[in-house]
Amino acid sequence: MASRFPRSVWAAILLAFVVVGSLRNAAAIPAFARKYGLPCSACHEAWPKLNSFGQTFKDTGYQLMNDRDEPIWQNPSYWPVSMRITPHWHYESAGRQTVDSIPNDPTSPPIEKTINTSGFDLTGIDILTGGTLAKNISFLLVPSISSADGTVGFESANVRLDNIHGSPWLNLKFGKFELDGPVSEKRIMALSGVGGAYQLYHFVPGGDVNDFTFGENQLGVELMGHSLDDHTRYALSMVSSTNGNLGLVGGRSYDGYIHVSQGFMAGKLGLQRVGAYFFSGFRPTFFLTTTVGGVSTPLPGTGQGNRSFYRAGAYASIYLGRFDVTGVYQRASDNVFLANGVAANNGGGLPIGAQGVRWDTGTIEAHYTYSPKLFFLTRYELARITRQSVAGFAPSDLGDADVITVGYRYYPFMHSRAGLAWHQEFATELTKHTSDTGLDQRTSSYFMGFDFAF
Amino acid sequence: MPTIHKTTFLSMLLLSLGLGVAVAQNGGASSGFPTPKNDFTASEQRGHGLYLRYCVGCHGVLGDGEGENAPYIDPRPRNFILATFRCRSTSTGTLPTDQDLENSLERGLVNSNMPSWRPTTPYDRKDLVAYIKTFSPRWKTEKPGTPIEIPAEPEVTPERVKAGEALFQKLECWKCHGVEGRGNGPSADTLTDDQNRPIQAFNFHDGTRFKCGSTDRDLYKIFMTGLDGSPMPSFADNVKPDEAWDLVFYLRTLQPMKTKAKLIAKQLGLKPINPAGAPAQPPANPENK
Repeated sequence: MASRFPRSVWAAILLAFVVVGSLRNAAAIPAFARKYGLPCSACHEAWPKLNSFGQTFKDTGYQLMNDRDEPIWQNPSYWPVSMRITPHWHYESAGRQTVDSIPNDPTSPPIEKTINTSGFDLTGIDILTGGTLAKNISFLLVPSISSADGTVGFESANVRLDNIHGSPWLNLKFGKFELDGPVSEKRIMALSGVGGAYQLYHFVPGGDVNDFTFGENQLGVELMGHSLDDHTRYALSMVSSTNGNLGLVGGRSYDGYIHVSQGFMAGKLGLQRVGAYFFSGFRPTFFLTTTVGGVSTPLPGTGQGNRSFYRAGAYASIYLGRFDVTGVYQRASDNVFLANGVAANNGGGLPIGAQGVRWDTGTIEAHYTYSPKLFFLTRYELARITRQSVAGFAPSDLGDADVITVGYRYYPFMHSRAGLAWHQEFATELTKHTSDTGLDQRTSSYFMGFDFAF
Repeated sequence: MPTIHKTTFLSMLLLSLGLGVAVAQNGGASSGFPTPKNDFTASEQRGHGLYLRYCVGCHGVLGDGEGENAPYIDPRPRNFILATFRCRSTSTGTLPTDQDLENSLERGLVNSNMPSWRPTTPYDRKDLVAYIKTFSPRWKTEKPGTPIEIPAEPEVTPERVKAGEALFQKLECWKCHGVEGRGNGPSADTLTDDQNRPIQAFNFHDGTRFKCGSTDRDLYKIFMTGLDGSPMPSFADNVKPDEAWDLVFYLRTLQPMKTKAKLIAKQLGLKPINPAGAPAQPPANPENK
């Protein structure tokens, strides 16, 4: 038995017992109360997932609207900052990877092999600052430090004018922000390499050069509104076609987004919601270049030959007491030049049978909130390419993907100053015919660690 | 064993082990859905879980208003053991109705840390009220008071606004609220609540909402029932219902909102009252809401 299971696995089992077993309820000894003094569970079903109270708080510009929202009401020592990081141990398995049959021997024939790796690791650090600059003027700033190279990026940086003319229907956000999508990837409950991102937002067929990623925060403006009870919501956004990258490195085009949803109370079951969204944009297919010494270099910011794409979807979020399930269906389409990675000024470069690519994704994510301290999650996602980028290119299901994620989070204490979760998760993905020999590939992640924010 | 099966098996094993320990840890009173008590109704039991999710940080596990955040909150959270509630439809000294408490949860209490819990379901709020009532023995020995009768709101007229102004002076509202209603009357600095904690008089010039609502009926109710636990008494024995409406109309002229009463006050050229012998007013305190 010992030979079949690596030592690290047994060490992980032991660790799971030791760390989870050592958790006890903690009494809070506050240095000072945080802004509103509410426990995490007031706004989060289980953090970071918002409940309806938290969603309303967010939609009103991080305000409770009880005339205690302005910074002047805060203790001068209060600084609206939190940090979040997740020390963890993870195991990654990537199936049918092409490697040299003899390492360091390029003449050796390539073979396909499953690559397994595991070890202790860190996520990047999110520094989350947000709140109000004045009554009805709120902000969010999230510098993020990469765990890989220590560079700092700006995940979010925006100012929002709330309740313009005293109306909750008019709120204007300016800067870098997360699109108001059907599910929030910034509040995703899964953390593993495979489960930690939505296929819904990230799936792109092979060869497609469109860099748009729904889950990435975008740069632009958002007009958002909601009813007083937050049941009816809309969001209109216009963002630069840069996928949130700074420095105007792409073209000069803009993308548009609209999202409408309606919630309704279903007796004791809770708030149900249905909605639909549509994103349409452009991406350049080539850049102006300059040639020095025979080498052509694309000039940043000179993107040309814009070609279109869209994402359109509908969803429902159903609550049955402590159990909730969200289902999202999305259709996506990219122009033929984007799909085949060919510059639009080089029509002859398209392969015979080239066509725009189209795919559908389906996401079903279910949660069971046993209590504010114990939260279960599972998700199934599929992506189906309904029109390949080259007609007749067999097989028709090339690149289709299925992902299953299961896990839970345990919060040993619940108060207003810090949060800690013990997170365990397993996720596995199967993609069709994507190995170099045309076979299916499976990628799996196991993740366990402490997710904490303070 | 093929790699995928081994990976899946090991991952599931680890998940199960960790989950088992977490569930064991999560049982009983630490769960947020604590061990049921025999004398709790189902509604109270659900309310207990909701209370721990939303309320415990300020109001405390014992409901005594001494939650972990209480020292930093002004005004202090309500002590449910005393069962003294300001926002009621019932006479002073009586317990509020369940609907009164549910309304407070839904509306929130302006100028305090108590937010509106409108995003929760009405059922949640009922359960929370059921649980909050378990903190005080008063709920076992007393019944809630009968809601006061509020006559239909009459038409606002110049005569009524002037009559309200006279009442404001006669009832000495200005002693706490100030001659301009800015919460800076001569007694304002001495006010304390029933637990001897300093409390501020309401500044009518700052905001359109009151602690117990925002409508004319809410304002009527406030001075006919009083705000129990605060220095604001009930005037039910001193003011006739019709006169109470006059006072409502006058107080509306003090607020930063466009009302018919305000327009009438402007036409009348209404000036702040000048009670004989009233000392000079200190400047308004901007934090005095």
